[in-house]
Amino acid sequence: MKIRAQIGMVLNLDKCIGCHTCSVTCKNVWTSRQGVEYAWFNNVETKPGVGYPKDWENQDKWNGGWTRKNNGKIEPKQGGRWRILAKIFGNPDMPEIDDYYEPFTFDYDHLQKAPESKAQPTARPRSLISGQRMEKIQWGPNWEEILGTEFEHRRKDYNFKDIEEEMYGQFENTFMMYLPRLCEHCLNPTCVASCPSGSIYKREEDGIVLIDQDKCRGWRMCVSGCPYKKIYYNWESGKAEKCTFCYPRIENGDPTVCSETCVGRIRYLGVMLYDADAIEEAASVEDTGDLYQAQCDIFLNPHDPEVVAQARKDGIPDNMIEGAKNSPIYKMAMEWKVAFPLHPEYRTLPMVWYIPPLSPIQNAAEQGKIAKKGIMPDLDDMRIPVKYLANLLTAGRVDPIKLGLGRMMAMRAYMRTKLIEGEPDTSILDEVGLTPEMVDDMYKIMALANYEDRYVIPTGHREETIDAYGESGGCGFSFGNGCSTHSNSDIDLFESQKTTRGRSASGKDNRVNTLFSQGKSGGCGSGSCGC
Amino acid sequence: MHFFLFQIFPYIAGITLVLGSILRFDRDPYSWRSKSSQLLRKKQLIVGSVLFHLGILVILGGHVVGLLTPIAVFDAMGISHGAKQILAMTAGGIAGVFCLIGLLILIHRRLFDPRIRATTSFADISVLFLLLAQLCLGLYTITESMNHLDGHEMTKFMNWAQHIVTLRGGADVYLIDVAPVFKAHITLGLFIVFIWPFTRLVHVFSAPIGFITRPYQVVRKRAR
Repeated sequence: MKIRAQIGMVLNLDKCIGCHTCSVTCKNVWTSRQGVEYAWFNNVETKPGVGYPKDWENQDKWNGGWTRKNNGKIEPKQGGRWRILAKIFGNPDMPEIDDYYEPFTFDYDHLQKAPESKAQPTARPRSLISGQRMEKIQWGPNWEEILGTEFEHRRKDYNFKDIEEEMYGQFENTFMMYLPRLCEHCLNPTCVASCPSGSIYKREEDGIVLIDQDKCRGWRMCVSGCPYKKIYYNWESGKAEKCTFCYPRIENGDPTVCSETCVGRIRYLGVMLYDADAIEEAASVEDTGDLYQAQCDIFLNPHDPEVVAQARKDGIPDNMIEGAKNSPIYKMAMEWKVAFPLHPEYRTLPMVWYIPPLSPIQNAAEQGKIAKKGIMPDLDDMRIPVKYLANLLTAGRVDPIKLGLGRMMAMRAYMRTKLIEGEPDTSILDEVGLTPEMVDDMYKIMALANYEDRYVIPTGHREETIDAYGESGGCGFSFGNGCSTHSNSDIDLFESQKTTRGRSASGKDNRVNTLFSQGKSGGCGSGSCGC
Repeated sequence: MHFFLFQIFPYIAGITLVLGSILRFDRDPYSWRSKSSQLLRKKQLIVGSVLFHLGILVILGGHVVGLLTPIAVFDAMGISHGAKQILAMTAGGIAGVFCLIGLLILIHRRLFDPRIRATTSFADISVLFLLLAQLCLGLYTITESMNHLDGHEMTKFMNWAQHIVTLRGGADVYLIDVAPVFKAHITLGLFIVFIWPFTRLVHVFSAPIGFITRPYQVVRKRAR
């Protein structure tokens, strides 16, 4: 057993209001640059819909994720090492920018400069790549917002598998939910496995998956390897980029930007301990339906003294172990079983999990009463088909979803009897296997969701690894070029990137002297610079 | 001039290639990339790129093996000079045609696709046209070689290349009376070597051979 720790995330979809604040704040911090205008490290999709890039969930089309071979071994679905190399001159599985959307701006200038005319001047769209007029904007990161676009297109949603989707096109039966998506920081990432240069790596101390920008050669196999399509090719720099899990903030004990700014308080961050030696076996189980359980099985109980002892032996700092004990992620995923991985059938063992949304009981309005099995309403009557959620979160297994939803309903019913009626009714809880203590904790973390309960992030230990003295006067954040100053000169031998935005921060006049800051132990030589 | 081009310039080009590449790799690794434009337009790229790359890999391999293998090795293997030349002309010719078709597709795409054109640098276009010129010269040498199929001319180039690589003087003498098209081909080739580190061509050095033996997962520990 080799214990590693990871900062995981859970998103409570029951509370997501689809405001896109996470997307916008993430965009402003990370991808408001040329080359990645089209890239949203975090985007919010309305389901059902085909999403961004179009139809990303359909791996028959994109060949992302892993596949299990007849001999029980797994390999990337786009091919083993030789086949990946064979595709290096032209990657047939990679989406084109139109599958995401062509980035655009509007001719705002025209509004000011248009000559007098009978009609109001309009600002028409213009491509941010070619600079040419765009007659029509075709797609975007939230194009199907609140069931926008016709059902004929949205019905191709991969999660309608084994569902008669026809009826959900009718107004009376329609349903929707939001799905905020970011990099899953998987335990078994296909992007890492597919990278010919070996530039993508998982950090041992917190599990964050990053791309070494200096080592990336732009072979673009990670883009097709990732089944969530959360690796973006920067067409300007020729390098791949992805969600960094805001690692500088995580190291500091702060939540990611998307979490920090979430107005619905739906995001949770916390430590998970897992057995790194069991990853391959868990990812290789025969039936994809077993993957959810297989992943749960490699998570370790931080309250078990043996686990704690082994974790110490494997070099996990005490504050990480403490964090694991208080982790909201562990509680939601393992103790309460209300959170689930996104598409476990891709065999990537994702670490951003989702609490499925409750929805109105469908035939309550028709019948004037709520159909019940025992005390609980029948979950099959929920407006969002349980099978749909199961296709999204448990590779089609309905029972875990039903248990999770049932527990959330039971929490509501129980707290209602406790707080409004004043007579706590524990019989509701027995049906779903909860105790009053568990529900009190669930209520505190999931319903009240205070800041300190949502984000239990132990600070990183830079003091152990980096000589802070050598860091003084360092270059701070850079675009992966170390302290190199080349990009601001007019003549550039190496056709490297000219920084077109944010130049004020790195101009010649306000640059600090970095001559003595690149000592052996500090500075950007340690490979931790950039994203 | 002859002495400069075929005795001195090879070393200038070679040293520039080595030092320039090392400097770029060390000082500006962020700019070290293949610069793929597939994301912006898949059409034309896959067929063009595959044809071009396969063709040029065969051609480059042929040049290295053909020029740098000592003549004694071929003699020992019992391959006559004439046979080797015909082999080189056939293999190089076929690969050259593949490469040419691919390159023309890529040039067409780069010049006439508005998205690609808008994101193209001077160096990108220069490299394509230099390679095109070099490829055409190379293909044209085949017709020239038809005039002397005994392999005698070919051994001159082998001698020249091997003298250059082993740092011996008198290399330029071998090329004094060869046809002008060969001289042009060699000079342009050396020029491409000369500008190599300043273009996207550096991605050739990063051919990811190590991927074959690497474990799928990469985990990094913070350096202590």
